[in-house]
Amino acid sequence: MISSREELQKAREKYLRYLKAEKKRILVCAGTGCVSGGSLEIFERLSELISKRGMDCQVELQEEPHENTIGMKKSGCHGFCEMGPLVRIEPEGYLYTKVKPEDCEEIVDKTIVAGEHIERLAYKQNGIVYKKQDEIPFYKRQTRLVLEHCGQIDSTSITEYIATGGYCALEKALFDMNSDDIINEISEANLRGRGGGGFPAGRKWAQVKRQNAKQKYVVCNGDEGDPGAFMDRSIMEGDPHRMLEGMIIAGIACGASEGYIYVRAEYPLAVSRLKRAIEQAKEYGLLGENILGSGFSFNIHINRGAGAFVCGEGSALTASIEGKRGMPRVKPPRTVEQGLFDMPTVLNNVETFANVPLIIKNGACWYKSIGTEKSPGTKAFALTGNIENTGLIEIPMGTTLREVIFDIGGGMRGGTDFKAVQIGGPSGGCLSEKDLDLPLDFDSLKKAGAMIGSGGLVVMDNNTCMVEVARFFMNFTQNESCGKCVPCREGTKRMLEVLERIVEGNGQDGDIELLLELADTISATALCGLGKAAAFPVVSTIKNFREEYEAHIYDKKCPTGNCQKLKTITIDASLCKGCSKCARSCPVGAITGKVKEPFVIDQSKCIKCGACIETCAFHAILEG
Amino acid sequence: MDNREYIMIDGIPVEINGEKNLLELIRKAGIKLPTFCYHSELSIYGACRMCMVENEWGGLDAACSTPPKAGMSIKTNTERLQKYRKMILELLLANHCRDCTTCNNNGKCKLQDLAMRYNISRIRFPNTSPEPDVDDSSLCITKDKSKCILCGDCVRVCSEVQNVGAIDFAYRGSKMTISTVFDKPIAQSNCVGCGQCALACPTGAIVVKDDTRKVWKEIYDKNTRVSVQIAPAVRVALGKELGLNDGENAIGKIVAALRRMGFDDIFDTSTGADLTVLEESAELLKRIKEGKNDMPLFTSCCPAWVNYCEKFHPELLPHVSTCRSPMQMFASIIKEEYSTSSKRLVHVAVMPCTAKKFEAAREEFKVNGVPNVDYVLTTQELIQMIKESGIVFSELEPEAIDMPFGTYTGAGVIFGVTGGVTEAVLRRVVSDKSPTSFRSLAYTGVRGMKGVKEASVMYGDRKLRIAVVSGLKNASDLIERIKAGEHYDLVEVMACPGGCINGGGQPFVQSEEREKRGKGLYSADKLCNIKSSEENPLMMTLYKGILKGRVHELLHVDYASTKEAK
Repeated sequence: MISSREELQKAREKYLRYLKAEKKRILVCAGTGCVSGGSLEIFERLSELISKRGMDCQVELQEEPHENTIGMKKSGCHGFCEMGPLVRIEPEGYLYTKVKPEDCEEIVDKTIVAGEHIERLAYKQNGIVYKKQDEIPFYKRQTRLVLEHCGQIDSTSITEYIATGGYCALEKALFDMNSDDIINEISEANLRGRGGGGFPAGRKWAQVKRQNAKQKYVVCNGDEGDPGAFMDRSIMEGDPHRMLEGMIIAGIACGASEGYIYVRAEYPLAVSRLKRAIEQAKEYGLLGENILGSGFSFNIHINRGAGAFVCGEGSALTASIEGKRGMPRVKPPRTVEQGLFDMPTVLNNVETFANVPLIIKNGACWYKSIGTEKSPGTKAFALTGNIENTGLIEIPMGTTLREVIFDIGGGMRGGTDFKAVQIGGPSGGCLSEKDLDLPLDFDSLKKAGAMIGSGGLVVMDNNTCMVEVARFFMNFTQNESCGKCVPCREGTKRMLEVLERIVEGNGQDGDIELLLELADTISATALCGLGKAAAFPVVSTIKNFREEYEAHIYDKKCPTGNCQKLKTITIDASLCKGCSKCARSCPVGAITGKVKEPFVIDQSKCIKCGACIETCAFHAILEG
Repeated sequence: MDNREYIMIDGIPVEINGEKNLLELIRKAGIKLPTFCYHSELSIYGACRMCMVENEWGGLDAACSTPPKAGMSIKTNTERLQKYRKMILELLLANHCRDCTTCNNNGKCKLQDLAMRYNISRIRFPNTSPEPDVDDSSLCITKDKSKCILCGDCVRVCSEVQNVGAIDFAYRGSKMTISTVFDKPIAQSNCVGCGQCALACPTGAIVVKDDTRKVWKEIYDKNTRVSVQIAPAVRVALGKELGLNDGENAIGKIVAALRRMGFDDIFDTSTGADLTVLEESAELLKRIKEGKNDMPLFTSCCPAWVNYCEKFHPELLPHVSTCRSPMQMFASIIKEEYSTSSKRLVHVAVMPCTAKKFEAAREEFKVNGVPNVDYVLTTQELIQMIKESGIVFSELEPEAIDMPFGTYTGAGVIFGVTGGVTEAVLRRVVSDKSPTSFRSLAYTGVRGMKGVKEASVMYGDRKLRIAVVSGLKNASDLIERIKAGEHYDLVEVMACPGGCINGGGQPFVQSEEREKRGKGLYSADKLCNIKSSEENPLMMTLYKGILKGRVHELLHVDYASTKEAK
């Protein structure tokens, strides 16, 4: 139990000394991706082998290690998930990718004992072998601040967090600042909400502070629902204390003594890491009653969400915590006035809270030196799609899409051409080639008809059908609509219906206009943010790729050949030898003909499975 | 200096006068802004999005959830807004049963009304209206999911006003429905049958159970003698739909209409109420005298309240008066009176209430398996039958109630409004029976539309503490207070806010019109030359005749012991 500032400082010195004494460290990635790839087995195997070799293996940073102790750590997510399971070796900074349990012996014998690098486990791009993690282009162009600890320290250890400067900001906030100072610092830094809206966090905190209420709450939104997005999960799993520290500071600033973390039940690892972190923080006197002897008390509870996308919306989220149906309500009153249990509530997402300790520790001036003037700091994105390097990245605000896709992402996979990028998940918009030099920040994206959202980036190549993309996202939103307001409930259903008939070849003249009219009504009249943004993917794809819609509707053709129902398979009579092989391979008997004469396909029977194409020895069967 | 605050609505200044939201102000300004989910007495839901208005910056706000601020300037009828409203209607209609002509709510439906008003002449989406999904398990209401537009009015009435919560939303998005717990039939849910959901429903998704066909059949049967009793609250609530003013006392016309329709004997439930006053006053005084631990005495006239008490507070049943409701007391008498008739006796009660349909079917009120009240018709059903008969109601000459039960008092008539039962009982128990004394009883606090009222009246040297509540949420809150130690001698509970005048079987009206109905009953009381039940000459005849030695058998019921028996 640490009960004063001095004790915390002493503890920090001690843990730092321990940390430095760990000459060699093996960090096995224990993020969700690598764990499902078998990283825990690798961790066990490595620990076992090290012990067998007669070396000491220290998991918890608790005692002063001696010279030959090997630190064995479960780190947070490195972000480079598709190359996992990942193992980082310190002090060299080697990164081993796609490690299997059978590689462990070699890692221990060669790298740990003999200090050699194992080339076959290293990351390679364009024939170049990258020994060290920092040299890999995927990492080199990033600015990892919020994610600085992810992959670098033991994600389950409060002592390592303290040793690397953790809870410094809390200390400063408790003893060197008053609540106004904290709010001023956050406002001055212009920290904007990372959950999508970009609302200034400082202004929100100040509004809650002004409220006169018996009880106030700090709520952390960890209900990351965008498909493919996992920024918040990585922070909760990889650096839970950073987020807790941010929440406690928000509590000091607003006069709240209770905090809630709303996290999806689909994130069991995040839940268990958070639980552990809360227990540790309490044990160390950094959470609970009379924190560090300052007189300030703060408690944090975890609430698990049942997986409704709409519960990421503030008022639906607080309703869900209260045990009610997760449904947004009308505003006013706003959450800052009447939020959780009708009390003034600060509601920010995980990444926003994780930025707070950085700002308090380093000051607003430092923070503003990163990113753009109106959107300072960094932003984490989940980069996916048809590009070489997918994963979790963190970049300064204002980085262009081109840099993200071609430098960090390593360009299009398999040398295809870039076509579009979907930003901000199902509520975001699809941007095209002409937007590639757009800086990624709140305002530029909004102007371009997209949004940062929680930070999903799906890169698509020229084989992607944009109408199908719009249909896919509309299907998602339609399924996730809570059903409360008419425009969202009924409107998204009708938009999906129109999109479905277009991709099935039954589009009608006027469908584009009908989609736009529906989109306009829904955006203008829907009750909550989910509804208001539901039509963005459709509107932006119509804006940027209208000709694709027209091809589907009027020519009954999918230019990319993706839409199954719009495919036609025909036999080129000049190439067909009449061997009948295709007719025999057809599962539905759609091909007929006389032997040695050209065969024909009955289009009304054909199911477009393509079996005939594969069997034809003369390349006489064409798809188009 | 003019301190008044204004906002501009379509270019016209409108004064803010304590309105909670823009919608009320806009309606005050004479603009019929459309809504489906707004009810001034319920929480703001904001889901239909029909009341969107344009602010001075071109942004849109839902009028129902925006508080008025001085200096605002809004428009209610722009090209965009009209386009959106039409689209919302089109979206609702695309998903809605469009067999209006055969709908129970034809002509009373808000969706139909607004579709007409906005001239929706085509629907560009495939018709995906679901198949009828009818739950007619309840004796009181009928629910059809396929006609639901998910405005949530019923859900909020049921939980916020009635504290029952028998229905709520289930599923999400376009699969959302309104459902009882585990989608059980309503009859197996917590529903108390008050019918407030049917009143609030803007479409035909929840309607009053229709028993008109059965009653017609009995009327046309030559071998039946059909008697009918009309509850107090009916007379002031059906006029508006039939060409009179709401609140206008139409008892004479109702009698005339019923006679033309073919009812054989026509009586007024107010007479039954006089019996209830005598029995309930006696019970109150007896309990006070005995001083047992069974105070306060809760009234038992309201069947939805009795249901609520049985389902949510069975421990309070010994506190509930053993008096049958006026309808049931009167029905026992009528069935006795005509028991020697050569024809099959059928007794119909015209009630403002859906829960009465349940009460009539209770085992306690059957004799040899035959219910004393064979059918309960609500005011809405009576209106329907009058229309079917082709009677021009407004032109009918008023007629008088039949003998031998043709007399009733003002005390019986005011049963139809919250506080009425209490006032009638007080007229019975106070020692000073002068007109001045009765007039002063009206000012003790028992009158008015407030949900919770309290009064104190001297009985001898003892001060009687009385509470009058309407709306089951108010009842539930009062019960909590009583359990916490607050003392009352008499508690009147009416399940519907405002009492029977706003019963679930009445035509829906806003709160101002509701007050008119209450005033209508008090005016009827003024016209009665007998004000106190014990002075009704018929009472003496009954107690000396039919009721002799049979008071308990014919006029009382013990809900507490039947509950135990179950």
